[in-house]
Amino acid sequence: MAERGIRGVAAVAGIGQTAYAKHLGRSEYDMALEAIINACSDAGIAPREIDGLVRYGMEQVDEEHLVSALGDPPVRWFAGTPFGGGGSASVLVVAATAIAAGMADTVLVYRARARGRRSGYGAHPHEGGRYWEKVPAALAGLNQWHVPQGLVSAFQEMAMISMRHRLEFGTTDDHYADVAIAFRNHAIRNPHAVMRAPMTRADHHASRLIAEPLRLFDCNIETDGACALIVTSTERARDLRHPPAVIRAGTMAAGSHHIRLSTLFARPWDDDSAARAGRQLFAMADCRPPDIDVAFFYDFFTSMVLIGLEQYGFCGRGEGGPFAADGGLAWPDGRLICNTNGGQLSEAFIHGFNNTIEAVRQIRGTSTAQVAECRLAFVAGGNSDPTGAVILERA
Amino acid sequence: MSDRPPPPLPAVGPDNAPFYEAAARGELRFQRCTPCRAWRHYPRPTCPACLSRDFTWDLASGRGRVYTWTIVHGPTLPAFQDQLPYNVVDVLLDEGIHFVSQVLDCPPEAIRIDLPVAAVFVPVSDEITLVKFRRAD
Repeated sequence: MAERGIRGVAAVAGIGQTAYAKHLGRSEYDMALEAIINACSDAGIAPREIDGLVRYGMEQVDEEHLVSALGDPPVRWFAGTPFGGGGSASVLVVAATAIAAGMADTVLVYRARARGRRSGYGAHPHEGGRYWEKVPAALAGLNQWHVPQGLVSAFQEMAMISMRHRLEFGTTDDHYADVAIAFRNHAIRNPHAVMRAPMTRADHHASRLIAEPLRLFDCNIETDGACALIVTSTERARDLRHPPAVIRAGTMAAGSHHIRLSTLFARPWDDDSAARAGRQLFAMADCRPPDIDVAFFYDFFTSMVLIGLEQYGFCGRGEGGPFAADGGLAWPDGRLICNTNGGQLSEAFIHGFNNTIEAVRQIRGTSTAQVAECRLAFVAGGNSDPTGAVILERA
Repeated sequence: MSDRPPPPLPAVGPDNAPFYEAAARGELRFQRCTPCRAWRHYPRPTCPACLSRDFTWDLASGRGRVYTWTIVHGPTLPAFQDQLPYNVVDVLLDEGIHFVSQVLDCPPEAIRIDLPVAAVFVPVSDEITLVKFRRAD
């Protein structure tokens, strides 16, 4: 039974960002504020109108940081989503839920990240950088079952998941390259993108192994930057500056997490978080995967895009590789045009939020790889985590 | 002896102490549900099959097969730097439990799906013994 849920209640009315770069030399706090003020300006609202905040639980720029820097807006509702990238679409679900419930009218959703190569390799907790290099000597969490065995970070955990997908379905390096090259070609058109040099199949295959089967060009880039979105009621958004990107549907689903492989592998991946969120999503939206005009997968790794295609029903189980082959995900003629900004593989890694901003651009008709007559945009969070997804619609 | 720093190790607490105490004795033990006999890992207070809170820490065979793996080429933590490239495997134990570990004395090219392996016990500190694997017949 399809629930109406948050269908159509709220819309993204404003988007804002900083520049994206391998090194900006700025604090996450400073970058967050630039992106937030840009998003308010884009929406045509005053920062003091913000009365709701949604962020990642792991976000370092917290509610107090923001209200004390934004002129003390009357924030009356705030929430976070757990599990990092798994929540990159869920934040919009949480924002829309607040609006539907009447708990807030103008909700700010944001993420700031200093993760570029020179931003934080030191041990200092405020320098950003790679979380896994800052692991404590005594592990109380579930990473105690991975890290002491030499499985120290997400990309190595994804390698384990990706290898299994190859073993079961025959997915290949060429399939991975099809994803990486399509998204790189999108990035070349996008002035915001960090990685804009052309990539050939040979370049992909020659990039160094990081954790087999993943190569450097299968991994997201590490960058500095921030993103912000303003979510408000669809009714109000119609009166603001830009055409609203209506949240036609949005769902979340709890399930496995990549840091907990023993339980992840005990579950069929076509019945894990992403697949469950997807089934609810298309029911709420009252549409089907072939109706989607442009899709944004959480492209932390090429292989996980292929698995996401399967989990969300854009192709059958094990068919992600062949679906992506021969420009299957590429603008302008792909079977399913994906990540038109270049994604996190080539534009920037703002923990998924940069993909959401690009989805809004597609709905507005302002992408540098604009899909013709784009009406429905699909956005998914990290598909190895408790996750969520949304469908944005041109009003 | 190497100069490399020690790897991060588990912090032993109420939920995991029986596992590490057993490992220190050279035993691989996991929680097993008393009423429904289902094995489980990671340690948790209830059986996901029947929700019973009654369980014992039962002796597992230590035998299983490689379900998936990676060969880590780096970057990695300094503790593992001089082992690169090294394998990490997910072993599907005969009891039906998935366990992340390494296959010792096994070149990367010898790792394959369904490779039979058996547990070995590697003390790494006064308190912690890690469970690793070797190739088995």
